[in-house]
Amino acid sequence: MNLFILASLIEPAVGLIFWTTITFVLLLVLLGKFAWKPILNAIKTREKGIEDALASAENALNDMRELKSNNEKILAEARAERDNLLKEARDTKDAIIAEAKAKSQAEADRIMSSAREQITNEKNAAVAELKNQVATLSIEIAEKILRSELSSDDKQKALVNNLMKDVNLN
Amino acid sequence: MTSKINTYKRFTSIFLLIFSLFIGFSNNLSASEPQEHEVDATHIEADTHGGHEAHEANGPIDISAIALEHVSDSHSWHFWGEGHDAVAAPLPIILKGNNGIAFFMSSEFHHDNEGKVVVEKNGERFVMFEEKIYFANETANEYGQYVTLTAEEKEVSVSNAAPLDFSITKNVAQMFISVFVILWIFISIAKAYKTQGVTSAPKGKQSFFEPLILFVRDDIAKGNIGHGSEKFVPYLLTVFFMILINNVFGMIPIGANLTGNIAFTLVLSVATLIVTNINGNKNYWSHIFLPHAPKAIWPILIPIEVVGILTKPFALMMRLFANMTAGHIIIISLVGLIFVFKTIYIAPVSVAFALFIDVLECLVAFLQAYVFTMLTALFIGSAVADHNEDGAHNSDDKALEAGH
Repeated sequence: MNLFILASLIEPAVGLIFWTTITFVLLLVLLGKFAWKPILNAIKTREKGIEDALASAENALNDMRELKSNNEKILAEARAERDNLLKEARDTKDAIIAEAKAKSQAEADRIMSSAREQITNEKNAAVAELKNQVATLSIEIAEKILRSELSSDDKQKALVNNLMKDVNLN
Repeated sequence: MTSKINTYKRFTSIFLLIFSLFIGFSNNLSASEPQEHEVDATHIEADTHGGHEAHEANGPIDISAIALEHVSDSHSWHFWGEGHDAVAAPLPIILKGNNGIAFFMSSEFHHDNEGKVVVEKNGERFVMFEEKIYFANETANEYGQYVTLTAEEKEVSVSNAAPLDFSITKNVAQMFISVFVILWIFISIAKAYKTQGVTSAPKGKQSFFEPLILFVRDDIAKGNIGHGSEKFVPYLLTVFFMILINNVFGMIPIGANLTGNIAFTLVLSVATLIVTNINGNKNYWSHIFLPHAPKAIWPILIPIEVVGILTKPFALMMRLFANMTAGHIIIISLVGLIFVFKTIYIAPVSVAFALFIDVLECLVAFLQAYVFTMLTALFIGSAVADHNEDGAHNSDDKALEAGH
């Protein structure tokens, strides 16, 4: 009895094999078409989406980094440009000042020299005039002195005597 | 390595212990009815009544018979009750007899399982004996049975011819139900991906099954097959969920033990055999027929390899069948202890152990689905492996090739 049922347990039944085969093949086809294909595709799409999102995040990060370094470069360039401009301006200013100084110096020198020349001329003229006047005055004084000295006979005689005293008749 | 061996030893010893317990029970139980084993009509009568009548008569209970009946297929879906008071759903019976196909409901046998009720269709007369349908004799024997019984030693056999039985049995019915459940689950999940799009997080059923699907795709398929595993993923997924869902159904008390039926596991393993061998490449076949070994041992090696083609799926078939059937038998044996010892005080022990085994079966339901699918993938992997003898380092080869 036991062995009888046991035998039926390990003896595959034709009917069940038949139905299982049909059902399994049908299930395989139906699931393959209506379940696994869309599910696996969806999962794959999602995985790809996640991968893409990660990749694009990485790219964005890289872009950001690049942008940042670019910005720094631009900033450094701008700074250098500014320094350059400032330096140029300073140079220009210095140059202008130096030129102006030189010019004004030259002008001043020119004015000074012309003034000096004029002064010299004026002085010379004044000295000449003064000399003339002194000469005239001297002549006049001498004339007056002579007149007063020679106004009387006594004085003329005194003068001759005086002059005679100095003369050594040797 | 040693730990593996230890685990293996422990498993073997546990298995042996359980197995010997079971064998011990069946021997004891059989021995408890010694007088009836005379080869005569009395024996056949008592024996063929099985556990039910004996139970009603307060006689010795044949737990092993009940256990084996419990894990076997039947022509009606039995819920509860015994004999003629049994509550059962009738199922269609489809028979291919000599005069064409006979179709009727199992209720026409009126719960008869001893060959006493004859159903006449297409001019042919059928009786059911021990859940098997035979052509009925013209006349009944002295016990009203229309089958010819011969008893040898402990074994009773029926000498009547039998029609081909394509009935929608309990197992077939459960398979249909499970297929509808599987289709409903996965087609609605597929719809969810379509309606909600793939960017949103999975919800409900989707969030439970998606990790399993990914597990099958990534760990089982990709892990064992390597390059080109996508082709086999739908097959592996179908096998995995077919086994898993039916394992779970089998654990529900009134559910059928479909995955513990050898016909079912036979079909699945034959499918694996076919899938493996039609995809076998040159390396696979040359490994079998031109093994890398001295020619002197080819006469030994080649037959072994050829037999190996069949033993691999055969092992798959036996493993799933034996594991699921054993679990069911252990549970009913533990519950049967109450009736064997005829005391209620053994009940807490029985319930505790049965609960433990039930929880273990929950694990086994997943484990066996995994093992079957994983080994199927492994066999396919070895059949499509590129140029390695073992076929295990397929992906590495691809990486190496890519590197060159």
